[in-house]
Amino acid sequence: MSFKSTERYIVSEGLSQAVNAAVTLEKPLLLKGEPGTGKTRLAMELAETLGAPFLQWNIKSTTKAQQGLYEYDAVSRLRDSQLGSEKVHDISNYIKPGKLWQAFTADKRPVLLIDEIDKADIEFPNDLLQELDQMAFHVYETGEQVEAKQRPIVIITSNNEKTLPDAFLRRCFFHYIQFPDETTLSEIVHVHYPNLQPRLLDEALAVFFGVRSISGLKKKPSTSELLDWIRLLLTEDISPEQLAEYRERPSMLPLAGALLKHEQDIELIERASRAY
Amino acid sequence: MLTEFYFTLRKHGLKTSITEYLTLLEALERGVIWGSIDDFYQLSKVMLVKDERYFDRFDRAFAEYIDKVSEVDVAEQIPEDWLNNPLMRELSEQDKQKLKQLGGLDELMKAFKERLKEQQSRHQGGNKWIGTGGTSPFGAYGYHPNGIRIGQDGNRNRSAAKVWDKREFRDLDEDAALEQRSYQLALRSLRQFARTGAQTELDLDETIRATSKKGGLLDLQWQAERHNAVNVLLLLDIGGSMDDHIYQVEQLFTALKGEFHNLERFYFHNCVYEGVWHNNARRRSSFVSTESLIKRFGDDYRLIIVGDATMGPYEIAFSGGSVEHWNEEPGKVWLERLLARFERAVWLNPQAQQHWKYYPSIHLIKEIMSNRMEALTLAGIQQAIEHLR
Repeated sequence: MSFKSTERYIVSEGLSQAVNAAVTLEKPLLLKGEPGTGKTRLAMELAETLGAPFLQWNIKSTTKAQQGLYEYDAVSRLRDSQLGSEKVHDISNYIKPGKLWQAFTADKRPVLLIDEIDKADIEFPNDLLQELDQMAFHVYETGEQVEAKQRPIVIITSNNEKTLPDAFLRRCFFHYIQFPDETTLSEIVHVHYPNLQPRLLDEALAVFFGVRSISGLKKKPSTSELLDWIRLLLTEDISPEQLAEYRERPSMLPLAGALLKHEQDIELIERASRAY
Repeated sequence: MLTEFYFTLRKHGLKTSITEYLTLLEALERGVIWGSIDDFYQLSKVMLVKDERYFDRFDRAFAEYIDKVSEVDVAEQIPEDWLNNPLMRELSEQDKQKLKQLGGLDELMKAFKERLKEQQSRHQGGNKWIGTGGTSPFGAYGYHPNGIRIGQDGNRNRSAAKVWDKREFRDLDEDAALEQRSYQLALRSLRQFARTGAQTELDLDETIRATSKKGGLLDLQWQAERHNAVNVLLLLDIGGSMDDHIYQVEQLFTALKGEFHNLERFYFHNCVYEGVWHNNARRRSSFVSTESLIKRFGDDYRLIIVGDATMGPYEIAFSGGSVEHWNEEPGKVWLERLLARFERAVWLNPQAQQHWKYYPSIHLIKEIMSNRMEALTLAGIQQAIEHLR
């Protein structure tokens, strides 16, 4: 099996190798990188390439590790007991499998995305160590042991809000998605906008990298912002000449709001352009 | 041979475990990659390094290891005829005379190779250049063995070397002495769980009790989720001499933010006076009076002040001592008011503790704080938590 760039998604060589190693050796792959470099998209594209079922577990600050395994719905059971339902005698009717359980018991080897693991409590990754290592867990309510039919392909993303514990890291492969260089970036834009004028693309990229190179930005614009911005350039009918003119004599950056998300950043590039 | 690779990594301070190393061996055995140093570099990085801050160390370690390996190859693979011609061309009559004394070119080549090998074993620390000693016969011809490597067109090792020689991740390698995670773990001991807020969790025990009370008629009982109920008021010194400590303070702030939901943060400069501000970018417009802090936040708030306390003593002790504005009352008075309100308080100082004794202002603040000043280190934070409990 080998994972390569698709029609809609460009992967670097290092990343494709990391994915292939993780798939072959059945280890979770941890992805980090600037926001907007396509960490989440990777898992979706991988599932697509493999023709595998795709399961996404979005982590929030309140998410508990247990929720990925299963949840016991005591409220429904109590209600059913009032209504005299027959279901109530079997506790397993009230065990709701979580994403990990679904992944373990899928018929075909699935791709499981654990998205933004750093959002959860600091102990969250530790609570999943055993489950990800053994790919099995125990259901206390029914005494059942859930074991993976085949080890799912696990992709984990992190935005570096919290540092992850060493014990957890040791069990994963790790790849840091770097911001793409100009060639890769124009390939990426090309797969999204195949009919884009080459001149507009060149000018847009030049302006984009110019903005990124300004130091002190709170949030550097990333790939997804570039794509949004290009879409706006197209709908607003901004010509390559206008962008070229901006680069010659920087004034107001056209549609800056799509690239920069902090008002301080917009002020910053205005100041930078006045300094010319 | 790879064991040496493993130890080279450890030598460069990477905390790679044996399990991870074994996984790498397994990957090689299963043919995930085949016969390319570039691929090996990528693969071992994926498997052995788990934090981008250590990429630079890895790159250096990898360069050191690969150089050692490839130098061995070079010594054995110098094409002799390739060396002969240019050597002979550059030799003067005098040199040729000297060459004969050394036993002819064949002997020289042999000695050259031996010298090369010898030097590898002595060369440590990633220096690729094989030096040429002044008295060495090779030095006399100004022959640089590195030139030999460049001469090998399309040498795989060299082209690969570029990847790790670029050292793109150099900026990320911070000294890991102050890890945000260890901060956070230390702060955890200040947790006091309480259930407040919206009642979203089923209280099973209470439900069973209530239901049996009603003779089996279901009576659901709910409770609020458990969370850390400790309130923290954080005052941060900003600008000036604090610029040197930004990284540490950021780490502390991220850790605090993750741990305490009720975290209120304000900025000041050098010493707290009648006003602090909420947003440093708009310090004029987001001004908040210190008095309102005292009124607004209850005495259950823990006060954490972060600052290097490095200033002129008059900035603390006298009215009008502030470097930024005219203050009616000295900073000392304001600090004392804050401390009267918030009994559980601590001052965290990012300045290295061994330097404290040189600054009279640090002594002053420490006195005002009744000695509750700790260094912004892991040990210091653990101490600080004792004051805040």
